[in-house]
Amino acid sequence: MSVVSQPARLGRERDFSFNWADAGPFLALLALLVIGFLVNPDFLSPTNLSNVITRSAFIAIIAVGATFVISSGGLDLSVGSMAAFITGITIMFMNMMAPSMGTWSIPAGMGIALLAGIACGLVNGIIVTVGKIEPFIATLGTMGIFRALITYMSDGGTIPIDRSLREAYRPVYFGTVAGIPLPIIISLAVAAIASFVLYKTKYGRKCAAAGANEDVARYSGISIVRTRTIAYVIQGACVAIAAICYVPRLGAATPTTGVLWELQVITAVVIGGTALRGGKGHIWGTVAGAVILELIANLMVLSDFVSEYLVAAVQGVIIIIAMLIQRFSK
Amino acid sequence: MNQAHTATAHDLDMERTLQRDDSVKAGTCLVRTENLSKQYGSVTVLSNISIDINAGEIHAIIGENGAGKSTLMRLISGYINPSVGGLVVDGQPVTFTTPHQAQDAGIVLVHQEILLAEGLTVAENLFLGRELTRNGIVDDRAMRRIASEKLAELGCNISPNMLVRDVALADRQLVQIARALLDDYKLVIFDEPTAVLTGDEVERLLDIVLRLKARNMGVLYISHRLDEVQRLADKVTVLRDGKMIGTYPGRSLSQMDMAELMVGRELSALYPPKTEARARDAMLRVTSATVPGYVDDVSFTAHKGEILGFAGMIGAGRTELFEGIVGLRPGHATVELNGAPLNIRSQREAIDAGIGYLTEDRKAKGLLLQERLAPNLTLSALGRFNPGLYLRKRRESAALEDAVDQYDIRVRSLRLNAGQLSGGNQQKLLLAKILLTNPSVVIIDEPTRGIDIANKAQIYTFIRKLVGEGKACIVISSEMQELIGLCDRILVMRQGRINGEVFGEQMTESNIALLATAEADSGRASEGGRA
Repeated sequence: MSVVSQPARLGRERDFSFNWADAGPFLALLALLVIGFLVNPDFLSPTNLSNVITRSAFIAIIAVGATFVISSGGLDLSVGSMAAFITGITIMFMNMMAPSMGTWSIPAGMGIALLAGIACGLVNGIIVTVGKIEPFIATLGTMGIFRALITYMSDGGTIPIDRSLREAYRPVYFGTVAGIPLPIIISLAVAAIASFVLYKTKYGRKCAAAGANEDVARYSGISIVRTRTIAYVIQGACVAIAAICYVPRLGAATPTTGVLWELQVITAVVIGGTALRGGKGHIWGTVAGAVILELIANLMVLSDFVSEYLVAAVQGVIIIIAMLIQRFSK
Repeated sequence: MNQAHTATAHDLDMERTLQRDDSVKAGTCLVRTENLSKQYGSVTVLSNISIDINAGEIHAIIGENGAGKSTLMRLISGYINPSVGGLVVDGQPVTFTTPHQAQDAGIVLVHQEILLAEGLTVAENLFLGRELTRNGIVDDRAMRRIASEKLAELGCNISPNMLVRDVALADRQLVQIARALLDDYKLVIFDEPTAVLTGDEVERLLDIVLRLKARNMGVLYISHRLDEVQRLADKVTVLRDGKMIGTYPGRSLSQMDMAELMVGRELSALYPPKTEARARDAMLRVTSATVPGYVDDVSFTAHKGEILGFAGMIGAGRTELFEGIVGLRPGHATVELNGAPLNIRSQREAIDAGIGYLTEDRKAKGLLLQERLAPNLTLSALGRFNPGLYLRKRRESAALEDAVDQYDIRVRSLRLNAGQLSGGNQQKLLLAKILLTNPSVVIIDEPTRGIDIANKAQIYTFIRKLVGEGKACIVISSEMQELIGLCDRILVMRQGRINGEVFGEQMTESNIALLATAEADSGRASEGGRA
């Protein structure tokens, strides 16, 4: 045994290695673009692509937060109804402040949205960690609560944003910087910050350790309660940012805002390469995953092969395939 | 338990069984292994094992942890396939791909862990997967009757209607043995059957093994306890680091001979020399430690420069005691470090206070096996690598290079995952990880479980060096030889309490075993309390 390896000092190795699992979502994205072009050359037109990616921004931003939660070993089913709830609160607050503050009520409302998101995330996190309730059940509960609250707040109808604010708020969704739509820039910024936190900070390391093996993390002196709770708070903040971008798109909150987003979010995370049981998170993979989902929907609309009513079915098939690949690529 | 009454009845039973079962002559070779070898990737865990297992013989396999005993057993009983070599059963070469095929050929393994369904009754467990039926309906009555008979044969008088959950641990093991004896097996393999048993229960088990031998069955007996091996074995095969050292007639070896054959050198050379006993300063003082359900009012002191051993049976509460002290389990204790009182509520606080605990379960609780070496090394001490906003990966790599040098961790590349290291190297990495937090008291639970002899000797040297630097070390181990060879003083726990202390010349296996199993004052085990 002892002759196999030498104790000699090992030289510095190159810090680069190609990994198919890490590259997978990006290769899939590339393949999809090629297929899309073959099906309909309009697919690759800048207008179409920028529309599609802009639409995927909400899911991408929320899914970046979900990458933290899932990486730390949790799950959050409440993101869709949380987004609707925060959208409702934000619009109501802005409308209330509009007479006195004018357009300043918009940044104030954004601040409220962030606070509400952090509070919602904190509630989820504390129920899961301190209450020791299965994340699936805990967030299933809050999912119902948030959904009921937005329905109640809107009285089953819509909460439209005040006319006086509409024009001023429009650019947050429809505006561009150097020709790139603002939601794309915001989601890239969110992903960049998130990948710094997840890959370069102490917290990110603890998060991945807690998800990879809770016992090892605990025996290493890492507080599972704190680590997971923070992940849920990050998730809440991401939902708030998505809600802020979403308000000007439709200009209203309704009881059906964000329905089934949680499924798209989880799908994006999983096809991005993050294991659902926790461990290492793949932020950029998640972003690619969100874009893939929206591209597929778009492709189905542009082509005549499959009815667009089957979009959700195709997305369902994709999540199952992604899980199978994770299972068997070991 | 009034065994005296029932013994005669059993003996009659046994007589009848004996007469029934005379098809195989004593001494006939039941199973022969021919150059049996097993490799995992490039790692050879077992090479060229050739032994004969004969009818009416108890054949003991001994070796240190990691010597390949369990691999050999699992090869013979069909749980894994050999890479090279094969088995000859009754003169015919065979290949088993499943344990069922081995069972059909008359070979059964009694597992070390108790593998029973707790929510089912004893009878249901005995017949699990091979229920008796009558007209297509499960025949409970017949199964209960046969279960009673088989258990009585083993000298066990529990009711077949009891739920396994309510059956005492020692009796559960008998249920497991009864399950193995339900069919007419030729060869029964026991894997550490006495590891969880106390004095009387051990006697009962040894008696059963001797009865099997009397029935002309072959017995392959794997045990750590050399005294048992000496009493039982007709033949002893010694394994070391996956190789066969030899097969010896049982009576020809003393326990010391066996230990030295297992280790491959004189025992004294395995352990670093002890420092001279002298008055030492108290370092860690624990008073009235209690962990509900496991540990009851334990007090002790570990001194600067001392290696303090904790001995005891599985379930004596040693691991739980220390997990309680370092905040990994709910419990309470008054803890003083260098005279200053500590209030430890979490593992983090223990680490920050300078108490490092190295878990016995390095794969499940010690290391992230899917993660690279550097993040594993620094996980308990991330603060040292995070001077500002973010972690400095270069510093982590430097720390890893230092650790690899200092603890002689043998790696092909620094970019491996922890799971790709051998057990010994994982253990050294784990040690380095704990020491990176710079503890003044190091608690090491099973320091050498499942690692080879060369790594063991190194780890012992590291531990001795640590106390030489003025730390205190606490070693929990189930291997008495290890505690005796390594420690300056040994505390023995039994049923959640400290049952006695041995040091100097008193540190012998028999003294420790007595304290581990018998009540200190009466000196006689009474297991009446288990329910």
